Amino acid sequence: MNEQIFGIHGAALELRSQRMGVLASNIANAATPGYKARDIDFASALDARLESERIGLPPSDRTAHLVYKVPTMASIDGNTVELTREQVAFAENALAYSATLSFVQGKVNTVTRALKGE
Amino acid sequence: MTMAGDKPMTLFSMTERALSAQLVRMNTATSNLANAGSVSRSAEEAYRPIRVRFASELDAATGLASVRSDGLVRSSAEPTRRYDPGHPLADADGNVWEAPVDETAEMVEIMESARQYQNLVQALTTAKQLMLETLRSN
Repeated sequence: MNEQIFGIHGAALELRSQRMGVLASNIANAATPGYKARDIDFASALDARLESERIGLPPSDRTAHLVYKVPTMASIDGNTVELTREQVAFAENALAYSATLSFVQGKVNTVTRALKGE
Repeated sequence: MTMAGDKPMTLFSMTERALSAQLVRMNTATSNLANAGSVSRSAEEAYRPIRVRFASELDAATGLASVRSDGLVRSSAEPTRRYDPGHPLADADGNVWEAPVDETAEMVEIMESARQYQNLVQALTTAKQLMLETLRSN
């Protein structure tokens, strides 16, 4: 049902929100010794999510798989957060969230108008 | 290590904890600066710079990793001995011991901490805006 109305955008919005948390975690841990920066591989996570929705897995099994980032230059204390990269990724992700949100909103508008018989 | 209240970590609680960790960091650097140039009678009594040690705090349920201050460490740097017989705290040999505070390093520490604080606030603002947008859409 969900998938029929919103296409991939419902799942995408949820994943974008998850990724925002992961990227914010990286920014928060920029000075923690030994912390390894993580990320969500969006494309494969979306595929996995759609697949699990198709075969009907419960939502609790739908947390995205996290991958460790490969640093351009690792620091001495083992921390692999590169602040500029994280900030760019965060901004990009926020923009994509907005875009996905407007797709969802557009769908909702369409359905609402159809229901009202406009 | 889970959170004290056993509530699931949210982006907000995560950022809040990271912000307080940065504040602890800034406080230690400021304490060090305040004690720069302080003089004492012996090497044992002299002030030694403190540093906060950060530790990551992972919430397995949500995949969010916050940061907390995992205690303070005192620097092992030796206080500088200065020959100053006229000083009221001078020992029998006329030496006083000065706190080994590197003022430039402390300033850099404060600047770094302030920038990190700004980054976190920025991330929080963006997340808040997106959530509001999502809530308002109907």
